[in-house]
Amino acid sequence: MESVKPILEFRKTCVSYTKQTMAVKYVSAAIEKNTITAIMGPSGCGKSTLLRAANLMHNLYQNIRVDGEILLNGENILSMEPIDVRRRVGMVFQRPAPFPTMSIYDNVLSGFALNGIKLSKAEKDATVERCLKSVALWDEVKDVLNKKGTFLSGGQQQRLCIARALAMKPDVLLMDEPTSALDPIATKHIEELLLELQKEVTILIVTHNMGQAKRISSKSMFMYLGELVEYGDTEAMFSNPADERTRAYLTGKMG
Amino acid sequence: MTTTKIKSRLAKDKLMLWSICLFAALTAVPLLAILGEVLLRGYDQLSWQFFTEPTPTAYKAMKAIEAGEPIPGGIANGIVGTMIMLGMAVVFAVPTGILCGAYLAENTKNRFARIVSYLTDLLQGTPSVIIGIITYIWVVVPMKGYSAIAGSVALFIMMLPLIIRSTEETLKILPASLKEAGLALGGNKARVMLKVQLPAAFGGIFTGVLLAISRVIGETAPLMFTALGCSLVRWSIDKPISAVPLLIWEFFNDPNLQELIWGASLFLLLFVLTLNLTAKYLAKKWNQ
Amino acid sequence: MSDKLYKALLFLTALIMPIVCGGVVYALVTDAYDAFEHFGFFKFLTSSDWNYTQGAEQYGALPFITGTLMTTLLALVFCIPFSLPVALFVGEYFKGTKAASVLGTITDLLAGIPSIIYGLWGFYTLRPLIMALNISPQGSGILTASMVLAIMIVPYAASLSTEFIKMVPNDLKEGAYSLGATRAEVVRKIIFPVAGSGIFSSYVLAIGRALGETMTVTMLIGNTNNIPDSITSTGNSMASIIANQFGEADDLRLSSLIAIGLILFLITAIINMIGKMMIKRARIS
Repeated sequence: MESVKPILEFRKTCVSYTKQTMAVKYVSAAIEKNTITAIMGPSGCGKSTLLRAANLMHNLYQNIRVDGEILLNGENILSMEPIDVRRRVGMVFQRPAPFPTMSIYDNVLSGFALNGIKLSKAEKDATVERCLKSVALWDEVKDVLNKKGTFLSGGQQQRLCIARALAMKPDVLLMDEPTSALDPIATKHIEELLLELQKEVTILIVTHNMGQAKRISSKSMFMYLGELVEYGDTEAMFSNPADERTRAYLTGKMG
Repeated sequence: MTTTKIKSRLAKDKLMLWSICLFAALTAVPLLAILGEVLLRGYDQLSWQFFTEPTPTAYKAMKAIEAGEPIPGGIANGIVGTMIMLGMAVVFAVPTGILCGAYLAENTKNRFARIVSYLTDLLQGTPSVIIGIITYIWVVVPMKGYSAIAGSVALFIMMLPLIIRSTEETLKILPASLKEAGLALGGNKARVMLKVQLPAAFGGIFTGVLLAISRVIGETAPLMFTALGCSLVRWSIDKPISAVPLLIWEFFNDPNLQELIWGASLFLLLFVLTLNLTAKYLAKKWNQ
Repeated sequence: MSDKLYKALLFLTALIMPIVCGGVVYALVTDAYDAFEHFGFFKFLTSSDWNYTQGAEQYGALPFITGTLMTTLLALVFCIPFSLPVALFVGEYFKGTKAASVLGTITDLLAGIPSIIYGLWGFYTLRPLIMALNISPQGSGILTASMVLAIMIVPYAASLSTEFIKMVPNDLKEGAYSLGATRAEVVRKIIFPVAGSGIFSSYVLAIGRALGETMTVTMLIGNTNNIPDSITSTGNSMASIIANQFGEADDLRLSSLIAIGLILFLITAIINMIGKMMIKRARIS
């Protein structure tokens, strides 16, 4: 097996809310470039917490501490400026939340506006078109770019949020149960989209839905009670889990 | 992105944080300044006699100042007047306000209730000086004279919307199951209101009344045209009467009595702020 | 008590509101009628004479309308740099912390101080300061009144704005942070636009408060009956002219003062109505 330099690597990463409760315990895992990696596990297992740590979201709240290392292209992001890290690591949340005061057009460009980056009109147009095309939203909204993003359907809103993250050309895209608030058809759309997107960006996706993990991911992590129980090729994990707890989860005997 | 750009953005972020803290902290300055000034200048005027004796005449005060003595007398006439007028206002405003509040809480979709609700806002926003004018026209003119009754009518009108709102809001946030359980047990609406809803809402209504009192007790303008003021301790309700804020206004305008201003202000300020803090404290305690 | 009787009792009590409010309007209109009839409604609004010499009586509301608008708008200008940071402090930066609750208590107490005591403080502390700084020779005037008025409305503007700043969904803030924004950028580009209409309406309601504030302004504005020509000159507001002269006025002057009261009532009612409507709309969206 050829060895690929990981784009994102957790090294003994721990997340603790107070001194007593550790939500994520010594997770070590290396994520390869241009893959989709699914993180599964019962609710409360720490999967979202781990994902959010990779975007330094914990910095926004007091009483959350992250120990260990999280390496992005070999650099430990825990000692980097959050605003710099977050530009390079995009994030899509559970509930689609386009900025309600901005048009669809401005929503796609919101990362630039928020970061105070000025673009020419041509650059803006090109970025909007590129990003909306890569989330397969262009054809649906190209005539209503000046309308507010909140008028779109849930699935469209979520694709807009993905486009918003992609506009910053992140190295890694973190997705926190991005389809759990969507209907099955919208979910299917997003899944197809992600399979396309992995060509341009590495995706780490937290999901409740085992079927989804199986359909889209090449690698899977299974977390339980804050620990990373198992990490490996999705197919292998589903057909022959190495750990009893993984098997119990995958066969529906847990959570 | 260049590191200098990031640095300048972070610097701006810090600047914003610190200016917010600075300006937020600055709002405490007037409070401390006012409390400090009133405390320091009023502290040595407070004595037993200050609360038991009425205001001296300007002549007496002038004599005392000429002789280099402290001004005799106090604010007893104001305290008694405030208590009488406030007492009458509370006695009428509390039941009226609670019934009105109950009406608004029970009839949310009714057109008349919407009008009443709107008028409550209107009255609450009406400047107190206008309440003074109105009470003058309604009460002082027909009674052919200023009186404690007129003063208490003004205070009543100002308290009413405050009590209505607090009652309505407290009743509205009670769980619906409470009322339904009461009705299911066979109580009629009046009984459920009296025995279940109002007792459950007591805390909120009580703090509302305390806040309403603290709001109107320092009101000066409406009393100027209604109670007028009086330098005697009076217990009759059909004659002009004094009040603590009226005395402060009087002292402010009379150079001979100016020394008394700080003692009276300190008393009023402490009374109002204590009432305020008590209400807030009770509200917090009952909310838990 | 039967349900019917109970309902009737509540309804009859609630009738007090239309009666009182109707009475307010009726009394103001009938008693102001003399002045409007004598001078003409429009003339009364636009005349700047205030002369109560017997035989040469001439009353107009313009100086007082101007005085009220000047003090109110200036107070708003002074109020914003303090109320907005307070709202951000309590509603965003230190949300739910001890520091926020301390600041909340401070603004609550500021709101509780009676206006006559604000007036005293302004008169005995701020006015000498203004004289010492050579801003105006007499110390009192529009500027002095507005400064104290500003302190008085900070708590109202701040507590309402706080409510709207708190309501900005966390989803949006996290979304913005995840794109690499700093907190300052989130405040400026997400919180302000989203909470903007609510914050704006809280300032409209703060204006409604400032318009009718009586004692503070009466004690600090200088009480002259001319149109103020600068912010440091003296003047009178609608409320302060009433407070100053109502007790000694009769006949036409009394009616003119009541007419000014009616105008003040209408302006305040309209501003408050607009503010409430905007708040309601902001709460829904």
